[in-house]
Amino acid sequence: MTIKGKAYIAGAFEHPTRHAPDKSVAQLHAEVALGALADAGLTRDDVDGYFCAGDAPGPGPATMAEYLNLTKLRHVDSTELGGTSYVALAGHAAAAIALGQCDVALITLAGRPRSEGMATGTTPRLRDPNQPEAGFEFPYGLTTANGYAMCAMRHMHQYGTTSEQLAWIKVAASHHAQHNANAMLPELVTVADVVASPLIADPLHRLDCCVISDGGGALVIVRPEIAKSLSRPLVKIVGAGETVKHLAGGTFDLTTSGAARSGPAAFAEAGVKPADIKYVSIYDSFTITVLIQLEDLGFCAKGAGGKFVSDGNLISGSGKLPFNTDGGGLCNNHPANRGGMTKVIEAVRQLRGEAHPAVQVKNCDLALAQGTGMQLGTRHCSATLIMERE
Amino acid sequence: MIARKISVPIVTVESAPFWNAARQGRFVVPTCAACGKTHWYPRAVCPFCGAENIDWRAAFGEGTIYSFSVMRRAKEPYAIAYVTLAEGPTMLTNIVDCNFDTLHIGQSVRVAFGETENGPPVPLFRPG
Repeated sequence: MTIKGKAYIAGAFEHPTRHAPDKSVAQLHAEVALGALADAGLTRDDVDGYFCAGDAPGPGPATMAEYLNLTKLRHVDSTELGGTSYVALAGHAAAAIALGQCDVALITLAGRPRSEGMATGTTPRLRDPNQPEAGFEFPYGLTTANGYAMCAMRHMHQYGTTSEQLAWIKVAASHHAQHNANAMLPELVTVADVVASPLIADPLHRLDCCVISDGGGALVIVRPEIAKSLSRPLVKIVGAGETVKHLAGGTFDLTTSGAARSGPAAFAEAGVKPADIKYVSIYDSFTITVLIQLEDLGFCAKGAGGKFVSDGNLISGSGKLPFNTDGGGLCNNHPANRGGMTKVIEAVRQLRGEAHPAVQVKNCDLALAQGTGMQLGTRHCSATLIMERE
Repeated sequence: MIARKISVPIVTVESAPFWNAARQGRFVVPTCAACGKTHWYPRAVCPFCGAENIDWRAAFGEGTIYSFSVMRRAKEPYAIAYVTLAEGPTMLTNIVDCNFDTLHIGQSVRVAFGETENGPPVPLFRPG
């Protein structure tokens, strides 16, 4: 069984806020839900499948289902895969629709780490004392930043990748963010700016790190007959993959990610190759996250990512592989510290031809969204989604 | 030995043998009596063969740096690292008593316990 062609993304909405001290998390979830439904031309009464992840208030889907007063639900899914959850949930929604478990699936994400003053990436956080690894990680001051930094350090050692090459990823994101009125960092930056910014965790500089923002986003995914009855451009889900990569009992390679498994699974289901993809949304918690995932997805050989991203190759209009044309997590937003939702939303904009004209990819008929959730330097979840304009 | 205060490790029923040995100044590594493989982080069920028959063997206490990062955005900068032990697995740790500017991948390091407040000492490494 395949999900190829069984479901369409009919609605997509990104909250315009980047700082929401005046709104609750539940309220933000509701605003993005209603925004995506309005975008699709549907209402809450049409929703019979609800999907959320760990950012939704309360355990599982019940709290938000009640807040939104969703009364027709016959399928729910609160799979928690960290920041990539929403890339995976889009695939889950397509699978549920293919099985006849729901017709109209709503996926929401929202959060306000910026208003809550969270030092997301640089503070060691003890999440769950029942995690068996906690005693062997927390004492050492493992943070998000230095975990990803060790991946970058190893990649540099193994393949000769440089800070200047990583900087090109941020430079490309800034070229796109300058056209996004909502972006937190709309200023153009240069390679020199990135490498001159303060070191956070060697070898990652401040400008190698994503922003911390409030906000959210939502998707509405429907079965083909419903998509064709609506007035929005048709964006079909054609392939999905997901996996977990971890430290494997102490035998691991920090230079590869779960994308090396979720990517090929999605490409196989879609029946397409990396060279066919016109636009990519790649999770960009840090510059190194992008480089490793691009390699693992097969856009270049393992170890060749530094050369591949250099000289503006990811800039829309001039580069060969336009990426994150909304400015991504590096420049635009990273709502709830979870970038998977906005990755899918910008891919939908590109496929609809609704990206900013300055960054719209010509004849964009095939796009990929890739996310890495949790910690690349320890254990993480990876999800890949391939979408086609019909 | 280290400027940063090291957090007390969480000790569980499963990890107690490791931390009890650490309190006695012994760095032990979990090795499966059934398949002979050493794993990290320590657990009661062998991640390689599934047997629940773990020997806590005295480690050589030697390894090489697999990767590292100096955390600059902290009150006191510190070096976090993955060290590949002579026994095989690679473990998360801190490198102490070192020059941050000359730390490098492949560098030889030796175990050195770091004290915690009212908890067992945790295995750290220093060049050597």
